[in-house]
Amino acid sequence: MGSTNSTLSKIPNVEELMEETGFTPAHIVRLYDRFEALDKEKTGHLRPQDFGAINRLAMNPIGDRIIGAFFSPGQETVDFHSFVRILAHFRPADKKHPKDPSMPEPVNSRTSKLKFAFQLYDQDKDGKISRAELLQVLRSMLEMQVTEEQLESIADRTIQEADLDNDDAISFEEFRKVPLGRARRLTYQHGPLQHSAPRILSQPHRK
Amino acid sequence: MACRTCLWLLGTTFFTCTVRLVVEGTEVGATQGSQPEPGVVGSNHSQAGGGHGSSISGIQIVTFKWHHVEAPYLIALWILVAGVSKMVVELNHSLTSVIPESALLILIGWILGGIIYGADKMQTFTLTPTVFFFYLLPQVILDAGYFMPNKLFFSNMGAILVYAVIGTCWNAATVGLGLWGCWLGGAMGDIDIGLLQFLLFGSLIAAVDPVAVIAVFEEVHVNEVLFIMVFGESLLNDGVTVVLFNVFDAFVSLGGAEIDAVEIIKGIISFFVVAFGGSLVGIIFALLISLLTRCTKNIQIIEPGFIFILGYLSYLTAEMLSLSAILSIVFCGICCQKYINANMDERSVTTVRYVMKVFANGSETIIFVFLGISAIDPAVWVWNTGFILLTLLFIFVFRFIGVFLLTWILNKYRLVPLEFIDQVVMSYGGLRGAVAYGLVAMLDENKFKEKNLMVSTTLIVVYFTVMLQGITMKPLVTWLKVKRAAVTELTLAEKIQNRTFDHMLVAIEDISGQIGHNYMRDKWHNFEERWLCWFLMKPSARKSRDYIFNIFHQLNLKDAMSYVKEGERRGSLAFVRNETKADVDFNKKFRASFSEIMPDIMADNMGPDHVPLSSILQDIVPSVCLVMHEQDLTMRESEDFNAHHLLQQHLYRGRKQHRHRYSRSHLETNRDENEVQEIFQRTMRSRLESFKSAKMGVAPAKKIQTKHQKKDKPQKMPNGNSSDKSKNHPYGDKDLEFSEGDCGSGDEAAGDLFPMRAYRVEAGIVNPAFMAEMDPMDNMQQIPHVALLPQTLNSFDT
Repeated sequence: MGSTNSTLSKIPNVEELMEETGFTPAHIVRLYDRFEALDKEKTGHLRPQDFGAINRLAMNPIGDRIIGAFFSPGQETVDFHSFVRILAHFRPADKKHPKDPSMPEPVNSRTSKLKFAFQLYDQDKDGKISRAELLQVLRSMLEMQVTEEQLESIADRTIQEADLDNDDAISFEEFRKVPLGRARRLTYQHGPLQHSAPRILSQPHRK
Repeated sequence: MACRTCLWLLGTTFFTCTVRLVVEGTEVGATQGSQPEPGVVGSNHSQAGGGHGSSISGIQIVTFKWHHVEAPYLIALWILVAGVSKMVVELNHSLTSVIPESALLILIGWILGGIIYGADKMQTFTLTPTVFFFYLLPQVILDAGYFMPNKLFFSNMGAILVYAVIGTCWNAATVGLGLWGCWLGGAMGDIDIGLLQFLLFGSLIAAVDPVAVIAVFEEVHVNEVLFIMVFGESLLNDGVTVVLFNVFDAFVSLGGAEIDAVEIIKGIISFFVVAFGGSLVGIIFALLISLLTRCTKNIQIIEPGFIFILGYLSYLTAEMLSLSAILSIVFCGICCQKYINANMDERSVTTVRYVMKVFANGSETIIFVFLGISAIDPAVWVWNTGFILLTLLFIFVFRFIGVFLLTWILNKYRLVPLEFIDQVVMSYGGLRGAVAYGLVAMLDENKFKEKNLMVSTTLIVVYFTVMLQGITMKPLVTWLKVKRAAVTELTLAEKIQNRTFDHMLVAIEDISGQIGHNYMRDKWHNFEERWLCWFLMKPSARKSRDYIFNIFHQLNLKDAMSYVKEGERRGSLAFVRNETKADVDFNKKFRASFSEIMPDIMADNMGPDHVPLSSILQDIVPSVCLVMHEQDLTMRESEDFNAHHLLQQHLYRGRKQHRHRYSRSHLETNRDENEVQEIFQRTMRSRLESFKSAKMGVAPAKKIQTKHQKKDKPQKMPNGNSSDKSKNHPYGDKDLEFSEGDCGSGDEAAGDLFPMRAYRVEAGIVNPAFMAEMDPMDNMQQIPHVALLPQTLNSFDT
C-alpha cells in the first residue's frame, strides 16, 4: 500500500528493525502512527509524561513500572526503535520456527518475556527480587484493600514458596520455575494492534 | 422444595385452565366457522355472539361472558403460559447449562401443542407471520440495537458486512442451486417446483437468525470479536434476506419468461435501496428520539415510553416503505443509545433498560414456545426425505465453505486474522430460527404448491440448528479451544505473577494503542463531539462528563446504600458513630459470584452514560459487605489461608478478562468491582491529598472546581509508595477508542510532570468532604460513605 511505503520510508533503519523484532511492515506503520500520536510535541522521542497521557495506563497499578521499563537506565527519552523493541517482546511467539540453539534467543520468546516481567519486579537490577521489591509490587497492586502487616505476610509466604535456594530472594531461575498458565499467554492475543483477543476464552470458573 | 412443588402445581393449573378454556371455546364456536383474529395468535375461534342464543328469562347476577373477553384473554393467557414455561425451564440450572433454554422452550412448545391438538383435533394456535413480524420480533431487535456494543460493532463493521451480505447471498445461491440440481437429478421425487422457487427457499433459509444466535451464545462464552461477528451478521443480513425474498417472490409471480437483465438489475438496485433506506429510516428515528428526550425534562415519568414507541414506529415505517424493517430498528437502537442515556433521567434510563429486557426476553420465550407448538399440526407436514435431508446438508456444508472462503479473503486485509477455531465456531453458530419460519409461512399457497413441504423443512431446519447445534456448541467450543493447564491450587507466587502479567499485558496494549488512530474515525469523533452532541444532548448532560467523577459518584452512592442496609440489619446506624477503633473495611466476600453483576461504570462500550444508580444498588444482594473489625484483630488462625484468601479477594483481574458484552438476561457488564474500587480509592486519596496540601477554601458549595496538580513526591504518600502513583486523567486521548472524552468538556493542559485537569461538577452533587473544610477527618461523623477514605488513609499512617 502506498501509504505504508511512504511511512516506512520515514523511519530510518526500518529493515533492520523489522528483522530484529519480527514485525511486519503493516505493524511497524501502525506502531509508528501510535508513536507519533503519543509524541505530541513531535520531538521524535517519548518522555514519561507522554506515556502518562494514556488514560488507561494511569490507572494500571504497575503502569509506572511498565513505563519505566521503556527507558533504559539513565535515559530520559525513548526513540522509536527502542519503543518498538520493547513492544516486540509481546509479539506472539513463532511456533513454527525450529529451536536453533546457536541463534540468539528471539526477542519474543517465552524466556525474553519472562525476563521482561522479571525486570519489572527487580527495580535495582541486581538479578534478584528481594523481599522489599516484592513488597513494593504487592503494595502497588493491593494497597487499598490490605493492611501493611497483611502485605508483609503475603510477601513472606510468597518468598517462602518460591525461593528454592533459601537466599530470601527470588532469582530469575526460580522465577521461571513458577508454572504459569498466564505466561504462555503473555502475548498480545493477536498482535499488538487490534482490539481484543479473538482467541476463545471460555472461562468456566467465572460462572 | 415446597417452592418447587408450588411452581409445578401452578404450572399444571395453568395448563389445565388453558385446555379447559380451549375446549369450551371450541364447543361454543366450533360450528361458527373460523375468522382469524387480528392480533390473536392464530386462533381459529370465532367471535360469534351467537353463544348467547337463549332468551333472557330474568336478571342474571353473574354471567360468563367468554366472548366478551376472548381475544385479549387468550393473548394474556398465552403470555402467561410462555412465562411459566420459562420458569419451569429455569428451575434447574444445570439443565440449562447443557441444553440451551431455547431448545427446552421448543420442547415445552411441543408438549403444549400436543395438549392443544389433543383437545381440539386441530392446531388452534400457531405462530402466524403477522403476529411474529409485528408484535414479537421488533422488541427483540430493538433490544439488540440498544445494547449493542457500538465500538466493537463499528470497528468490525467491514467484516460483518462482508459476512452478512456476501455470505448470505452465497448461502442462498448455493442452497437454492444445489437443491435445484438435486431435484433435476431426481433425488426428491416428483414435486411441483421450479428453479425460482428453489432460489426463494434458499434465500429464506440462508439467513442466520438473531434470536437463535443470542439464545445459544448466552451460554457459550466466546470472545467478543467472534461474538460480534456472528451477532452483527445475524442482524444485518435481514437487508439481504428481505430483498432476495421479495425479488424471487416477484419473479415467481412473473413467471420465468419475464425475467431479463432489466429485472435483475432492478433487483440489485433494490438491495441497495432497501438496505440503506432501512438504515436511514432508523437513523432518522434515532435523531427524533434523541431530540425528544432532550425536551422531556418535565415529563420524566413517561420518558421511557417514547423510546419504545418511536422504536416501534421506525420498524413499522420501514415496513410500510417496503424497506428493511430490522435494519431500521437496529440502527435506531444503535444510534440513539448514547444520547438518550445522557439526556434522560437516571431512573428513566433504568426503566428503559429493564423494560427492554423484559420485552425482549418475553418475546423470545413466546417465539420459541410457539415454534414448538406450530410443529404439532399434521396439516402442514409433508415429508420428503430427499428435500429435507439435502437442505440440512447443504445449509451446513455451504455455511462452512462460505465462512472459510470469506475469512480467507478477509484475513488478507485484517491486521489481526481470524483463527481457524473462530471460523469453525462462526460456521457452526449460523443458526436458523423463527425469521425463516415467519418468511416461509408468508408464502402464497397458490403460487407455491409445495408450501407445506417448505414449511416442514424449515421447521426441521430450525429444530436441528437450534437444538442440536445449540446443545453441541458448548462442548465443541470447549473441545476446540487451547487446553488450559490443569486447575490446581495455585501458589501465592503464581497468583501474584498471574495478576502482574495481566496488568502488564493491559498496560502494553494501552501503550501500543489498541485501535490505533484512524483518520476517518478521528474525523467522526470530531464531528460528533462538535455538532451531534451539541444538537442532541441536553446542555447539562454535555457538561457532566467527568469520568472519574462518575465513578466516584456511583461508588459513593453504592457505599451509602450498603452502609444503610448494613445499619438496618444491625438495628440502627448507631455503629457509624463509634469511630474509635472501628475500621470500616469494604471486604468483598462474594466477589466471585458477583463478578458478572458489576456496574457498567467504565462505560467503554457504551460511551459515557449515566449508569443509573438504582440498577447497581437494588437489584442485587449488596456486593459490598461491610465488615467492621478492630484494628488489632487477630485473624491469623492460619497465615497461609489468610494470605491466599486476601489475594483471592483483592487482586482484581486485568481488563482483558472481560468478555461477553451483550447479554439477553444480564444487564451489567463484567466490570471488576475491585478494579473500580481500587481506582476510585486511589484517585480519591490523591484528591484528598491535594486538598490537604492546597490549604485553601474550595469554591462555594454548588460548584466545585478542582485543579489537580499532580505531584508525585513519595513522602506525600503515607506509605511510601513508588512514585507517580496518583492519577490524573487527561481527556481526549483520541487514539483510544475507549476514550470517555467523546462528548467531553475536559481541558488538557501540559503540566509539570503530568497534565493537569479541571473537573467541573454540576450542582446537585455536593460532596461535603470537599467543602471548605481543612481537615476532612472531622466530617466523617455525618458522612458515612466518605468516612471510608480518611480511615483508609489512617490505616496507612500507622
